[in-house]
Amino acid sequence: MTAVVQSTAVADPTGTVRGTGPVTATSTATVVDLAATSVRELNAALHDQADPTRNWIITHPAGRHNIAVGIDRDVTLRVDGHVGYFFAGMHQKGEVTVHGNAGQGLAENIMSGRVHVTGDASQSAAATGHGGLVVVEGNASARCGISMKGVDIVVGGNVGHMSAFMAQAGRMVVCGDAGENLGDSVYEARLYVRGQVASLGSDCVEKPMRQEHLAELAELLVSAGRDEDPADFRRYGSARTLYHFHSDNADAY
Amino acid sequence: MCGIAALQITNPALRPQLGSLLNTMLCEVIERGPDSAGIAVYDNPALTDPDTTVLSLLGGEQALSPAGLASALERELPEAEVTVEVLGDTTFVSGQASSTELTAALETVLPGRDIIGRGRHVAVMKGVGNPRDVAEHHGLTSMTGTRGVAHTRMATESAVTAAGSHPFSVADDLCLVHNGSFSNHATIRRDLERQGVVFDSDNDSEVAARYLATRLTAGEELESALEHLGTVFDGFYTLVVTTRDGMAVVRDPISCKPAVVAVTDDWVAMASEFRALADLPGIDHAHVFEPEPGRVYTWRA
Amino acid sequence: MTITDYSPAAPATPQAPPTPAQSGLRESATFDRATIADIQRAASTGIYDIRGWGAKRRLPHFDDLLFLGASMSRYPLEGYRERCNTAVVLGDRHASKPLHLDIPITIAGMSFGALSGQAKEALGTGASAVGTSTTTGDGGMTSEERGHSKTLVYQYLPSRYGMNPDDLRRADAIEVVLGQGAKPGGGGMLLGQKITERVAAMRTLPVGIDQRSACRHPDWTGPDDLEIKIGELREITDWEKPVYVKVGASRPYYDTALAVKSGADVVVVDGMQGGTAATQQVFIENVGIPTLAAIPEAVRALRDLGMHRKVQLIVSGGIRTGADVAKAMALGADAVAIGTAALIALGDNDPRYQAEYEALGSTAGFYDDFQDGRDPAGISTQDPALSSRLDPVEGGRRIANYLRVLTMEAQTIARACGKSDLRHLEPDDLVALTVEAAAMAKVPLAGTTWIPGAPSSTGVVV
Repeated sequence: MTAVVQSTAVADPTGTVRGTGPVTATSTATVVDLAATSVRELNAALHDQADPTRNWIITHPAGRHNIAVGIDRDVTLRVDGHVGYFFAGMHQKGEVTVHGNAGQGLAENIMSGRVHVTGDASQSAAATGHGGLVVVEGNASARCGISMKGVDIVVGGNVGHMSAFMAQAGRMVVCGDAGENLGDSVYEARLYVRGQVASLGSDCVEKPMRQEHLAELAELLVSAGRDEDPADFRRYGSARTLYHFHSDNADAY
Repeated sequence: MCGIAALQITNPALRPQLGSLLNTMLCEVIERGPDSAGIAVYDNPALTDPDTTVLSLLGGEQALSPAGLASALERELPEAEVTVEVLGDTTFVSGQASSTELTAALETVLPGRDIIGRGRHVAVMKGVGNPRDVAEHHGLTSMTGTRGVAHTRMATESAVTAAGSHPFSVADDLCLVHNGSFSNHATIRRDLERQGVVFDSDNDSEVAARYLATRLTAGEELESALEHLGTVFDGFYTLVVTTRDGMAVVRDPISCKPAVVAVTDDWVAMASEFRALADLPGIDHAHVFEPEPGRVYTWRA
Repeated sequence: MTITDYSPAAPATPQAPPTPAQSGLRESATFDRATIADIQRAASTGIYDIRGWGAKRRLPHFDDLLFLGASMSRYPLEGYRERCNTAVVLGDRHASKPLHLDIPITIAGMSFGALSGQAKEALGTGASAVGTSTTTGDGGMTSEERGHSKTLVYQYLPSRYGMNPDDLRRADAIEVVLGQGAKPGGGGMLLGQKITERVAAMRTLPVGIDQRSACRHPDWTGPDDLEIKIGELREITDWEKPVYVKVGASRPYYDTALAVKSGADVVVVDGMQGGTAATQQVFIENVGIPTLAAIPEAVRALRDLGMHRKVQLIVSGGIRTGADVAKAMALGADAVAIGTAALIALGDNDPRYQAEYEALGSTAGFYDDFQDGRDPAGISTQDPALSSRLDPVEGGRRIANYLRVLTMEAQTIARACGKSDLRHLEPDDLVALTVEAAAMAKVPLAGTTWIPGAPSSTGVVV
């Protein structure tokens, strides 16, 4: 891979990304052109704990799948273009940004760190995520946050149907609208929606927005670089009626 | 289980690029279905003519030479002027007759042919093997047209054959492609067979195509027919349907199988993955969305 | 399930009252006493019966097959002297670090949560002692489990409970689970009694709730998406680990073929006798096909793709003896996995707990309430008092013993058939005792050349 990697001066490696946190103080980045380097080589380099590179720029992603999966170190990575399935899957520690759209299973099972997409994300974004923050500036489609287990998700636009299905823990913030069956069979995750909710799924109910919720929502919005007013959101969560098998719930099973 | 790429061009200035744009889209979904491929192109003057019916036959080599086949068919259809053209793995038979008449004549002259496309606007091409090669053998990149649909297939419960490839074109100018798996197609097939419908393959997607064709032939509108399909077919599906004047997309109520749509003033496109849309002209300003479950989307040319 | 009366009629003695049959009473074969109890239980509780174990109904099984030992036309190998290899390599299609197992008998996936820590430890140490692998379950990997198992297969399940990339990298192989034989098409269950604080924390669930986990993976469906998912797992682990795909046996031909097309290194097919910790009884008994019927179809798919022995096949569901191991391998499996049999080796359903089984409304030999968490043998429980009854060191010794016996039994049969390697057993070494088994296993009925359903009944397996 060394043959196609070049060091280059980058004035601002986070570019013009809206809402990224503080810009890491650095002036160089390693550029990997996926038109010339395979995803496998890129991932192997990202996994190499001995590799001193801290800042990465990925060009010509061309919607390829499994880019930047399994990162487990403090790197900053920027992708210029669209990515396919499972971008930043099982992400840990680092901070990665896509300037474009992301395919199915964005940041699935993320553990920590931050994944940011400036465009749209396809279905199952942040599925089963255990921790960290996933920000989608555009829309996320169906099943956003499915089975989430502690991840925080902030979506600037809308989320599709069955979002937060069986969501176990973590927080999901939707600045736009939510599709049908939001939070079906939700466990202890907290859901905040600013726009319309097409319908709530089984066992998901609207809950009062108390001071603690306004505070955590404000913190999430700030960390995602957004300026919506927490007071405009409504909160949803589990009615906890499906926590135990009961014949009266037969319609919901 | 497969990849889908569909493109309908509304701006006439872009129509010469239909084949090359569709080919680019197709190449991005090859990994989803490396077994075989099928392509339908509408209103390519080199292959179709609104005054003539075209049958697309599987196989470039037939038992009769193109000229021999044409004259044999003309003996069966004295009123018609028949031409036969071979392109890659497909033979196109054209004549001034209805597709029923042309099919009957063909069955007399060359019994047992697999007819994979029919109508006055659509040409259908299929082949086994890498979809890139299938497209290249048929010269897709140089084709002009109004709309096209390409499908790459990973066979699930039916055989890997060209006949089992999508699109399924079972009525004039109607094509259907499917990603997913129906769970009650066998019963619907039996119901249709009882009504006299004859099937070409054991593919579950052909059942959807035949069902749709039956309803459309009875005079139902495409939107309504697709809504009925949604009440009858169970399972997982993303369907793209093309007709002589439009294109439709519908997903099942759960909608697990992928689908992305992009719409501009110049074209509407649908693909299994956004990557297949990423190189379309003007994509940066397109309205991009994933179809909602159970909703029928249609676009007229 | 509650056992009402399955015990055989007591022998008539002068003092005993007459049996119902002696009194001229007739029991319905359709509405037998178990069925009556099931209907009455449903009517009183309003919820379906959930239990552990696999299918209990009688099914065509390995018992219906026999080996054709060598005599004149073929020559046997000397027992204990002439070598009969049992080692197997799993996952060398794409993985840079395939598994090298000394014996082709592995331990199937069973979670910490479903099983006690002691049971998991015993399985791990026992399997490691004889050079084979164990498998995690729906609930993540414990550090103890990783420590006790020399070779550990990490299951990748729809729920993703406890799924994390560190454990993925610590695993020796990854098993993408689409389903299991006891419930093809069904999701996981773990009832509140077993969701202790530790189990709940591992699964990110509230303590004590009835856990229902997903039946489909949350971020992919179908083989086209699975191919990409397998690619992701390989990328995360730098192409080191073998990737298995496990399916419950229902349409094994298609499922095996699609697993291969999706890039699997190993396909695991679990027949309907395969066990479960907690599933609806109606599911266990009525969904899926017997192990015997599944193997030839899976092997046919591998052969049709030219991948038999290149993509390895692991078969599970009702493996009890070395003869079962040999028969599964003769039908084309590269290895087998055991679950229920391993639990029995640990002491499950041991008559010494008879009084306690009776107190739970069951009896030794019938106990299947693994969902209940009150297992007297300390295996399918999270109760510290009960689980402490299981000595993990002794349990490990018993597992190792049992695995050695299975291996030696299989070798005995293989040598008798003239094979210097267990994997040289072939369908042609088998005949069937019943028409059903002949049709399912695609081997001839004993003493004939007839394979029901085969295009030509020449004795050649097609």
